[in-house]
Amino acid sequence: MVPNEMILKGNEVNTEKALKSKLISKRRHHTLPQWGTAWLVLFPALIFLTMFMLYPILNTFLSAFVQSYHYSDSAGSFAISQFIAGVLDGNETDMAFGLSNFKRAMGNGTFLRSIGNTAILVIIEVPLTITVSLLIATFLNSIKVLKGFYQSVFFLPYVTNTIALGLVFGIVFSNTEGGLANVLITKLGGKPINWLSWMADEHLGQAPATRFHQGIVIVLYALWNGLAFKILVFMAGLATIDSQYYNAAKIDGASNFTIWRRITLPLLSPQILYITITSFIGAFKMYTGVMAVYSNMNVTKPAYYFGGADGNDWVPVVGWIYSTLDGNRNNTGEASAASLILLGIIMVITAVQFAVSKKRVHY
Amino acid sequence: MAEHAMYFTDDKARRIYLTKKIISRVFVYLFLSIFALFLIAPFIMMIAGSFISADSFHKFTLNGDFSYLGFGTNELGEANWSFANYKQILSMNNANYNFPVYFLNTFIVAIISTTVTVVTSVLAGFAFARLEFKGKEALFAILLATMMIPGEMMVITNVITVDLLGWYNTFAALTLVHGVSVFYVFYLRQTFQQIPNELYLAAKVDGVSDLGYLWKVMVPIAMPTITTIIILSMMGAWNSYVWPNLVTDNTGWALNGNHSMKLVSNGLRDAFNANGLETGEAIKIAGSMVISTPLFIVFILFRKYIMRGVSRSGIKG
Repeated sequence: MVPNEMILKGNEVNTEKALKSKLISKRRHHTLPQWGTAWLVLFPALIFLTMFMLYPILNTFLSAFVQSYHYSDSAGSFAISQFIAGVLDGNETDMAFGLSNFKRAMGNGTFLRSIGNTAILVIIEVPLTITVSLLIATFLNSIKVLKGFYQSVFFLPYVTNTIALGLVFGIVFSNTEGGLANVLITKLGGKPINWLSWMADEHLGQAPATRFHQGIVIVLYALWNGLAFKILVFMAGLATIDSQYYNAAKIDGASNFTIWRRITLPLLSPQILYITITSFIGAFKMYTGVMAVYSNMNVTKPAYYFGGADGNDWVPVVGWIYSTLDGNRNNTGEASAASLILLGIIMVITAVQFAVSKKRVHY
Repeated sequence: MAEHAMYFTDDKARRIYLTKKIISRVFVYLFLSIFALFLIAPFIMMIAGSFISADSFHKFTLNGDFSYLGFGTNELGEANWSFANYKQILSMNNANYNFPVYFLNTFIVAIISTTVTVVTSVLAGFAFARLEFKGKEALFAILLATMMIPGEMMVITNVITVDLLGWYNTFAALTLVHGVSVFYVFYLRQTFQQIPNELYLAAKVDGVSDLGYLWKVMVPIAMPTITTIIILSMMGAWNSYVWPNLVTDNTGWALNGNHSMKLVSNGLRDAFNANGLETGEAIKIAGSMVISTPLFIVFILFRKYIMRGVSRSGIKG
């Protein structure tokens, strides 16, 4: 038994140690050891994690390389089990392991088109959204009157349903009923535009919507949808910048732009890097937003329609992956290969961003 | 600006400074207002459009007269607006379009998936924050790594797993597959770690078990974080589209003899498409409004929780 005085005399760490040793001796008889409790409370999370996250990552990775992956086979869904069964049975089709799924995906015109589409949307949307949200955050940070009101308005798009508001966007850019955009254009003296419809409108003398006009609507909706989160992060970053920097710069007579360029931007660079990386990743995985603006179309394949007569004018990579998978689940190998290609593109771009940012980001 | 007065040598310099300041203020407010209008216009269109008749909507488009969107009267002195669009969308009750079922499905999924996710995440967050066990660091690193893999890779295999388990068109597919959120585990771990160690030791002296400590001390202290997670998770279920689209269709369980496992977003998306309904645009807008209204109410009530959670996570639904 440790004398009480010793515990009291000792510093905090000793007290803790003494208490702990006392606890352990007390607990040993009637409660679970700590590691036991730990695995017990982790158990539910680990089951879900293993079944629906770790196993799928592994399986998708492998099924991209198993050449004739057919999950409904008796070998089960695990791609490697099909491979092993193929080896054991001497079934050459099942054990074929290679790049044929990648070749099939890369030989698919629609997939190549989806990569091009996604690249165009990423290159336009990411810089546009970041610039606008950075400006809004800076301006918002400089005002006092109505600041809370504007903050709520700018955050509002975040808490909306992408499909519901995409439908509204589709109607706003409709060339017939309810087309607010065309009403405004007409009022300003312009000619109404066929934004989204793949059908020519003889009554209005309109040709089918061009890819350019469809692209404008898609980018506008992405901008509308993407500002809120970026403004929120930039505002949080701006709030941490010490006002002493600004006071010092003002005393030195620096202009507002110089202050923004030399103080705000460098001190905000960690947030800018974070937003740039997450925006690039998010934009490469764009799917729901593109599909949502076409919600208003009367076409036959609702879930995978992306404009144009063939439904693929603006098909994004993820849209192609899901439509391939949903059309026939035996296309899994091809879809998996495509998802690995997407992962590769994302990883390369993220790595480049980290490399470029090393000299420019001030932590 | 009294504190600036001392910097100016004369009245003229001060006046120039003030003029510049006013001009920049005007510019700032103009810029913010233009973008605020851009962001809010679809909402105005949605709210106004959901109440007006198809006829008024048509006239608005033809004439470009905004008064048709307002809550006024028409040439005959009749009210320009009504709840007719809402009545129509909520009474749709046939084999393909059944909004009451979509609502019920979404409520059930939101409640079950939120309960499951919160329980698993609180328990796992507790283990990582407070308990010592072998393999803790390695397990944590694995969790961290899964956050970097695009969800699409998991979806591809999960679709197959759901098929093989016979979960297609079941609530299990919609709730259990996302039964744990790695982000919520991180968020809770961080919150739990801020609770002082002394409380744990004090509880131990009092003979409280680890789980008792979690339930009686940590959960109440971490309640703001847990509330944020509950709200974000509910909103996620309400807005989910991609996953339900892959694992549900218009069969499965039935209400009033109509089968559907679809959720609200899928229902809305599919209702006005393909073999969809021949309706005016006004009723589509009412459908969007019906789905958005619960989100607006949640936003008004829990704005602080939502904004705090979102600035930490960066995930949308």
